[in-house]
Amino acid sequence: MRPNLYTAGNITAIQGPLLFLRRTVNVGLNEAVEVYGGDGRARQGRVAALDEEVMTVEVLESTDGLSLSGTRVRFLGEPLHFALGPDVLGRIFNGVGKVIDGGPPIAAERSFRIDGLAINPAQRAQPSDFIETGITALDLMNSLVRGQKLPIFSGGGMPHERIAIEVARRAHLRGEGGGGFAIVFVGIGVPHHTAENFRRAMESSGALEHTVMFLNLASDSSTQRLLTPRYALTAAEYLAFVEQRHVLVILTDMTNYCEALREVSASHGEVPSRKGYPGYMYSDLAALYERAGGIKGQAGSLTQLPILTMPSDDITHPIPDLTGYITEGQIVLDRELERRGVYPPIKLLPSLSRLMKDGTGAGYTDPDHPALASQLYAAYARAVQVRVLASVVGVEGLPALDRQYLEFGAAFEQQLVRQDEARSLEQSMALGWQLLRRLPRSELHRLSDAQIATHLEQNDG
Amino acid sequence: MSGAVLTWIAGPVLRARSDGPFRINEAVAVGPRRLLGEVIRLQDEEIVVQVYEDTSGLRPGDGVSGSGLPLAVPLGPALLGNIFDGLLRPLGGAKSAYIQPGIFARPATVFPFEPAVSVGQRLTPGQAFGRVTPAQGRAQQCLIPPDRQGRVLSIVAAGDYADDVPLCELEAPDGQHHPIAMSHLWPVRRVRPVAQTLPVSGPMLTGQRILDALFPIARGGKAALPGGFGTGKTVLQESLAKGCDADVIVYVGCGERGNEMAGVLHEFPQLEDPQTGRPLMERTVIIANTSNMPVAAREASIYTGVTVAEYFRDQGLNVALMADSTSRWAEALREVSGRLGELPGEGGYPAYLSSRLAGFYERASRVRALNGSEGSLTIIGAVSPPSGDFSEPVTTHTKRYVRCLWALDYARAHARFFPAINPLIAYSEDVPELESWWERAGNPQWAAIRRRFLTLLEQQAQLERMARIVGKDALPPQQQLALLCAELVNEGFLRQSSLSENDRFCSPQRQSAMMRLVDRFITLAAQAVAAEVEVEALQQLPILRRLHRMGEELGEHDMDKLDVLGAELETAFARLHPGAVAAGGVAK
Repeated sequence: MRPNLYTAGNITAIQGPLLFLRRTVNVGLNEAVEVYGGDGRARQGRVAALDEEVMTVEVLESTDGLSLSGTRVRFLGEPLHFALGPDVLGRIFNGVGKVIDGGPPIAAERSFRIDGLAINPAQRAQPSDFIETGITALDLMNSLVRGQKLPIFSGGGMPHERIAIEVARRAHLRGEGGGGFAIVFVGIGVPHHTAENFRRAMESSGALEHTVMFLNLASDSSTQRLLTPRYALTAAEYLAFVEQRHVLVILTDMTNYCEALREVSASHGEVPSRKGYPGYMYSDLAALYERAGGIKGQAGSLTQLPILTMPSDDITHPIPDLTGYITEGQIVLDRELERRGVYPPIKLLPSLSRLMKDGTGAGYTDPDHPALASQLYAAYARAVQVRVLASVVGVEGLPALDRQYLEFGAAFEQQLVRQDEARSLEQSMALGWQLLRRLPRSELHRLSDAQIATHLEQNDG
Repeated sequence: MSGAVLTWIAGPVLRARSDGPFRINEAVAVGPRRLLGEVIRLQDEEIVVQVYEDTSGLRPGDGVSGSGLPLAVPLGPALLGNIFDGLLRPLGGAKSAYIQPGIFARPATVFPFEPAVSVGQRLTPGQAFGRVTPAQGRAQQCLIPPDRQGRVLSIVAAGDYADDVPLCELEAPDGQHHPIAMSHLWPVRRVRPVAQTLPVSGPMLTGQRILDALFPIARGGKAALPGGFGTGKTVLQESLAKGCDADVIVYVGCGERGNEMAGVLHEFPQLEDPQTGRPLMERTVIIANTSNMPVAAREASIYTGVTVAEYFRDQGLNVALMADSTSRWAEALREVSGRLGELPGEGGYPAYLSSRLAGFYERASRVRALNGSEGSLTIIGAVSPPSGDFSEPVTTHTKRYVRCLWALDYARAHARFFPAINPLIAYSEDVPELESWWERAGNPQWAAIRRRFLTLLEQQAQLERMARIVGKDALPPQQQLALLCAELVNEGFLRQSSLSENDRFCSPQRQSAMMRLVDRFITLAAQAVAAEVEVEALQQLPILRRLHRMGEELGEHDMDKLDVLGAELETAFARLHPGAVAAGGVAK
């Protein structure tokens, strides 16, 4: 690393988060800087553009109180790095990688660039280890596998945090009693009580020493939010690919991240794309989400569970839309189910796990698991369709078969989706078979005769 | 070679002051790590360069050196069975688990070479001068580049040679000598010339019933596959790559997921090509520029893919190019255009989006290659419209240039009905050219049955709207029957699981047999209802469930069982003769 370089008094303009400096030092693009104002506080930034006379520095925090003459800039000579060591577990950091739990700084072993590097697709390990979460709507219907990125599309006031905490506490591989995950919790613009709830939940289950927390609170600088997931994912990658652990990263709330991205883009005067979000939001989000996965020959893995609140519950809004195009499926929460008292209020039809096919079935879970999930999906989709019909013509106008579907749909939501306690996959499957007995066999096109004989004919009254 | 000095940089775009001539689209090496870039604009002394890699650390004063050549990729025998990045640099066998920036040497591969020409012979552009027959994988021709010709001065004897050493020397008509190796460079943005473009003749069979039977694509055709997230674009593209009857597949993962590429690399070597029985990977070239790899290279990856595909077409092969997804490519165009300060058009995309899309899809065709052989290039491009809205610019412009539209639908995907192609929106303009092929393939009723299925599906949509007003019970028996038959067409014929061992691929013979069975059921059921059999009784026929599941249960080796099923169908209806069976008499 080159020695630190200082410059003072060379600032010619400050516009929003951008500082324009006369080019007095030879620095490179994207290198990190620290900007000190009159208050002596260091603000992080990076070199955003360079020409022969002028350096443009983007300050990643508030530029409040900076002046042209009284501001010093320190150039670090390399892009932002995060120094990490094995004692990172159990610690709490702020949004820019500084310890805030009152303990000593971590004993750093190595330092990593926070932007990370793209994993060579030819070196990626194919994710295929089924994770049991105890939630039927996930395990049976939309299975999560190690190395996947599966977001929760939620909305304000819905219990996405409770679901995330339950997944974090219970997630384990089958057969490996208790073989759990190291958890990285990333709070992006979250209120203090969310962070505190999570910490307490981890503490009460004794998992706190396997947990790292990164907190950018709602009161912190919004531009810093762009850095928080990068620091956190760098720590997660360190745990996964240096320490060889299985890591589960919970990112909440990605909507706050995207809002910060829009704010910064607008202050750069960039041409906006849909709803004012920048055109590169897809690539920017991909740079975060694609850091999930596994690498051939390495024991560790990185699984992501990002949470985002859909603005006005609109799944076509750019934030959930672009996320859905990058992630390997999505779990959608529904306000109507929640109002009807169904917990977890997971709306199954738009929910999907793309990697389910790689981690379920013979050799992974149960040979009949994929067919059962597919049949339940088909029947529930039909039930929802019939429900629409019934709301117009009334239940009386429906043929007997459609009425059976209607009853199946209600039972499906109240008995299978709704759950008060964790279920094993076997319990979830048994429940699924039981529900299918409500329908005539001739309707079960997605089950083979053998599957019907094994699971539906016996004990048939 | 000309040089230049960097004067301005932001993101992937830089400006430099040149001290010599540069050309548009010339490849350049930037900075101490020699990052790969391309000249995209010239003005006086200044060049504007788009860099295909992470530009962190570059600064004014860094050198930019020209190559004198346009951005070009090496085309040769080392392509098949391998994975490359958007600029055709090999990703397999890399030492690091991560993508590292900088130009790196491509390792040469040794192949057994047999010459096909002798000294003194006159060679025309694109002619084969030898062939390689690797121990694993298919034999390939070695072509004279399309811009070279002349008399053979020397040619090596058969033996093992590296793919980049000259094996043959040509004396051009102007007296210049050209060394020719197994692989040659070709600029990615230059269309490879052909002798003649031919009209389409036969279909490219995809092994997917909903495509081959309802919306077929011809060899040399072009199709777009638009769909919102989660509607199964990628799974369908992968199924096509696995099942279609092309000789070579070029699969371009453009701005998509890394784990999907890992899945393809994991799965393809284990799967068999249904036509030849060889490992699927042997006929496949994968070009991967995942969403977290540099954006500018995403723009190039589509051109790289189509250039590779044309190279195989020029060997007289039938090639299929799958591009997933062209929307990410358009977004890369938009991003670079924005950095250049160009005036944005519709949706922020540059005004030349439409002509770029046209240029890409026009490279699909059936041709007579320069060496006289016939080949074809079929392009299937996935489109990812924001919020699944097909009225956005990339989808609407794409629709103007393709001949097949395979539109995917949320409602079907939500019920896990795959392929989730909406038959009421999808279309194929290749149908008239392909009817005669199906006739020759032993299915003379193909066009009639196809029309019957489509009419039923249209009718189903109408009846369901009507049922919302009057209730299903109020529909007359004929209409209830139409709903029953439409469901059979959907569930028994169109639905095809890519996960099913038996059903992930469906040969034209099996498709024809299944088509006829469904068609026969519709005919018999209509007769039965006309004879006053209740629709409910038909619904409970055990044979109906067998038809619903025939795709899944009767694979390619069970063609005889499909015949048995046909016989059983006749018996079932014979037994159902009016009055013989009461509605409640069928076993539950």
